[in-house]
Amino acid sequence: MQYLANPARFVSLANTALPYIWTITAALFAIGLYGALVTAPADYQQGETVRIMYVHVPAAWMALFVYTVMALASAIAIVFRHPLADAAAKVAAPIGTVFCFLALVTGSLWGRPIWNTWWVWDARLTSMFVLFLLYVGYIAVWQAIDEPHRAALVARVVALVGFINVPIVKFSVDWWNSLHQPASVFRLDGPSIAPSMLWPLLVMGLAYAFLFTALQLVAMRSEIAARKLRQLRIAAIGNR
Amino acid sequence: MSLVWALIRRDLVLSIRQGGGIGTALGFFLAVVVLLPIGLGPDQAQLQRLAPGSLWIALLLSVLLSADRIFQQDYDDGSLDIMALGPVPFEIMALAKTVAHWLSASLPLAIAAPLLGFLINLDPLALIPLAFAMALGSMTLSLLAAIGAAVTVGLRRGGLLISLLVLPLYVPVLIFGVSASTAGPDIATPSLLILAALALASLVLSPLAAAAALRSYLK
Repeated sequence: MQYLANPARFVSLANTALPYIWTITAALFAIGLYGALVTAPADYQQGETVRIMYVHVPAAWMALFVYTVMALASAIAIVFRHPLADAAAKVAAPIGTVFCFLALVTGSLWGRPIWNTWWVWDARLTSMFVLFLLYVGYIAVWQAIDEPHRAALVARVVALVGFINVPIVKFSVDWWNSLHQPASVFRLDGPSIAPSMLWPLLVMGLAYAFLFTALQLVAMRSEIAARKLRQLRIAAIGNR
Repeated sequence: MSLVWALIRRDLVLSIRQGGGIGTALGFFLAVVVLLPIGLGPDQAQLQRLAPGSLWIALLLSVLLSADRIFQQDYDDGSLDIMALGPVPFEIMALAKTVAHWLSASLPLAIAAPLLGFLINLDPLALIPLAFAMALGSMTLSLLAAIGAAVTVGLRRGGLLISLLVLPLYVPVLIFGVSASTAGPDIATPSLLILAALALASLVLSPLAAAAALRSYLK
């Protein structure tokens, strides 16, 4: 981890790794979408609309995963003072926000034909909406504070305080009577979903994860470049 | 310990002498409660159903409105820097200021709410559960508002940000608070116990988070 603390080294590693990651992402999406749209069976109750699951569920997984990454990066920033930890958290937030928004929208589109409603304030949907607000609030902290180091100090606190919502989202369908269906994949008893539906779902999940990795590396490259630019500007003012 | 009491007393005296804190909060609360039956219509049954939720929302918003008072003035005139260097741990200092805010703003509102509930046809049997729930909830609300106040203390236009940061944390308190405010045979409903758990958890975590956020502004 400390090996990657040097921004130049991180960027060169990212540059070498990114083509491979993009290729793997494309391949996984191809396999996953083929499995989701062609191979996987239609649901006996929902018919073809069940195929939204292959887009909705991985997006929700990533929304939670990215917030966990943000909280972990903030914790590493506090404990180890890793130079790139704050940058990692900062750039992960918009990506996570989009995943969360996608999960909410695709879930709403799925709910209209199946539950006959666009939205309901049950535990799972409410806590996912709260997660969306937490993401937006985190981004707002970075926008509101001009000085980057001070913004980082405050943002760490905000990320960690909001992390309490992630287990709430995960277990909300177990703790409350919810319209959203209970856990079918990540359960103590193992997945309860049919294998023919499970493997496209997992492949899509992996595809989303690789997509996040690729986007994260690209965004971190930009962030490191922006930091360098700011340093050069400040130095230029000093040398005038 | 006497220093901590002195801090709390100082904040309470300041809030009484300067006014604006409890006055604004109470005024806002009163406005919401008076406007509700006008806006929702005279249907008494509907008002009774909506009364606990409406009172909780009014409490939430009033506490949020008065939240930036907690640290703002001491940050502006430099007292926060002096307190950071003093013998009292910074976290305890943050907790002391939050307790003062709770005593001067949240708790009076939580006490007034069941009484004002009669204006919106609150079920008399729900009075005691509502009072208990609001007493516990007001603690959590003040503590969470302190985190928001600490995060936005150095910002010029921190108003929207504090709402954006604190409202997601307020949602569980609101849900469990309203659930605990219904009439029933038992006061210690599971919702009330969860409310108590939330209060205890935020009692420990809020000073840590608020102090950490304040330190980033004092560097």
